[in-house]
Amino acid sequence: MNKVFHVMYDDDDTLKGAASQLVAKGIRVKDVFSPFPIHGIDPIIGVKRTRLAIASFMYATTGTTLALLGMWYFMISDWPMNIGGKPSFSLIENLPAFIPVTFEFSVLCAAHGMAITYLLRNGTLPGMPATNPDPRTTDNMFVMEITTEDNHLAADELESFIKETPLVELSIKEYK
Amino acid sequence: MQREAAIREPLILGNKSYKDITDDVVGPIQGPAPIGWKIMITISAIIAVYGVGSILYLLGTGIGVWGLNKTVGWSWDITNFVWWVGIGHAGTLISAVLLLFRQKWRMAINRSAEAMTIFAVIMAATFPGIHMGRIWVSYWVLPLPNQFGSLWVNFNSPLLWDVFAISTYFSVSLVFWYIGLIPDFATIRDRMVKPLPKKIYGILAFGWSGRAKHWTRFEEVSLVLAGIATPLVFSVHSIVSMDFATSVIPGWHTTIFPPYFVSGAVFSGFAMVQTLLLIMRKGMKLENYIHVKHVEYMNIVIIVTGSIVGVAYLTELFISWYSGVEYESYAFINRFSGPYSWSYWIMMTCNVISPQLFWFKKIRRSLIATFILSIVVNIGMWFERYVIIVTSIHRDYNPSSWGEFHPSSMDVGIFIGTLGIFFTLFLGFARFFPVLALNELKTILKSSGEAYKKQHDNH
Repeated sequence: MNKVFHVMYDDDDTLKGAASQLVAKGIRVKDVFSPFPIHGIDPIIGVKRTRLAIASFMYATTGTTLALLGMWYFMISDWPMNIGGKPSFSLIENLPAFIPVTFEFSVLCAAHGMAITYLLRNGTLPGMPATNPDPRTTDNMFVMEITTEDNHLAADELESFIKETPLVELSIKEYK
Repeated sequence: MQREAAIREPLILGNKSYKDITDDVVGPIQGPAPIGWKIMITISAIIAVYGVGSILYLLGTGIGVWGLNKTVGWSWDITNFVWWVGIGHAGTLISAVLLLFRQKWRMAINRSAEAMTIFAVIMAATFPGIHMGRIWVSYWVLPLPNQFGSLWVNFNSPLLWDVFAISTYFSVSLVFWYIGLIPDFATIRDRMVKPLPKKIYGILAFGWSGRAKHWTRFEEVSLVLAGIATPLVFSVHSIVSMDFATSVIPGWHTTIFPPYFVSGAVFSGFAMVQTLLLIMRKGMKLENYIHVKHVEYMNIVIIVTGSIVGVAYLTELFISWYSGVEYESYAFINRFSGPYSWSYWIMMTCNVISPQLFWFKKIRRSLIATFILSIVVNIGMWFERYVIIVTSIHRDYNPSSWGEFHPSSMDVGIFIGTLGIFFTLFLGFARFFPVLALNELKTILKSSGEAYKKQHDNH
C-alpha cells in the first residue's frame, strides 16, 4: 500500500527551507500547492522550465504566414482591385498596407494559441474538479506532497524526516 | 527573499497577513450587497436600458436618426468609439507595460483596470457595429467566401485594419484578464460555503489547484502575454488614428496622429481608472491596498501623457501654418476661432492646463482633487475627438457644402446609454469578481507590506 503525505506550512519561505532540507536527504517532493507562485521552488523540487514561450512563437509565425497567404490570395490572386490607381497587383508592392493586419493576426494566434495550450497542459478547463488537498492552499497555507511511490525510503522513515521540518499539519493517506 | 529600500513607501498598508488579503477581497463577495451598490447599479441599469432602447430604435429606423448630414457624416458615433477605445488602453498599459517594467504598484489596480478595458472596448465596438446600420450583415467585414464573386474585404483600408485591431485587442485582453482571474476564482471557490456559488466559482476556476508546475506556466504565460500585449496596445490606437490620418481631409491628414492618439488614449484611460478606483476603494474598504501612493503614481502617468498630448496639439497647430498649405492652415484657424471654437477651448483647458496642476505635490496626492481632475480630463478627451472629427469636416473645399452638426436625441441617448451599460458591467464586476489580483498581491506582501518593511528596518 502506498502512502501520500501532505505536509502543511504556514509560510512560503518555511516551505522552501523544508523542501531543500528534505531534498538534501534524497527525498523527492512530488508537488507543492500554494496560493501564489513561490519564487525559487522550481529548481529545488525539480520542476523544469516551461516551453510555452516557444509554442507561442510557433503560433505567432503560423499567424504571420496565414495572414500573408490569405491577403495574397484575396487581394492579389483571386480579385485584384485597382484602388485609386495604386499599384497593388503584387504582394511586395502592396505589402506596406498588409503589415497592420499581419501583425494583429500574428498576435491573435500567439495569444490564443498559447492560452489554449496553457489550459490544456495544466488540465485546467471549465468544469474540472479541484485537486488541491486542502482548501486552505488557495488562501494562506502551503502544502508539500510526498509519496512513498516516488521515494525509496519506508513510510515511517519518511514520516520521521518530514516531522523534523517546521510543519503545521501533516495528513497521511493511503492509496493503491 | 526580495527586499526593497526602506524609503520606498509601502504598497500594502497595515499589519496584513496572507489571510487578511483574502478576507479583505473575498469578504465583500460573500456578504450581502451594500445599499450604495444597489442604488448605483439601479441608476446605471436604468440608463443602460434607455441606451439599449435608443440602439434598438436606431437599428429599426436607420442611422438617419442621428444628427448627421451630408457634410458632417461622422460625428458622435466615431467620437464615442475613439473615446471608449482610448479609455480601454490604460488597462492594458497597467497590466502589460507595467508588468514588463516590474512595477509592483500595478498589482493593486490591474484587475479592475483590465475589467475596465474589456467593458470599454465592448462599448467602443458597439459604435462601428451600429454605425453599419444593418448590423445583421456585420459579418461582411470578415473575409468569408460569398456568392458575390467571391468579393473580398479590402485589406488596404484602415477601417478593415481597425476590425482586426479591435477584435484582436478585445479577445487578447479578455484572455489575459481571465488567465489572471483563474487562481483567484479558485480562492473564492475554496472559501464559499453555499453550494450554488461554490459550484459557479468552481466552474469559473477551471479546477485550478495551485501546483508548482502550474504556477511556473502561469508566470510564463503572463509574461509572454504582457510582451505581446504591449505592441498590441500601441498598434491598436495607431490604427484607430489611421482611420483619420490616411484620409485626405485637412486636419486629419497628419503623420503625428499615431503617437498623439496613443498617448491621448493612455491619458484618458488613466483618468477613468482614477474615477472608478477612487469610488471603489471607498465603497469596498480597500484603502490599505489602493492608497495615496498608487494615486500619485497614476497622476504622474497622467502628467507625462497629458504633456505629450499638449505638445502634440501645439505641434499640429504650428505645422499647419509652417506647411504653407492654405487648406491645412484654415482647418486649424477655424478650429480655434470658428463656430466650434468653444469645443476647442474646452479641449485645451481640460487636456493641456488641468493635468499640469499635478506638478504640485499637494494636488497630486489629494484624492478629491484627483477625482475632480480625472473627470475633467475625460471630458477634455471626449472633446478632443469631437474637435478633430467635427471641425475638420464641417468645412469643405467648396463653401456651398459647408454645414454644421447638431446632435439628435438619439446621439445623446446612445452615448449616455453606453455610459450606463459600462457602469452596470463594472458594478457587476466589483460585486462578484475578485477586484484585486490576490495571487499577485500576496507575492509582494513581504517586500512591500508596511508591517514587513518595519520589521526589516529593525534588523
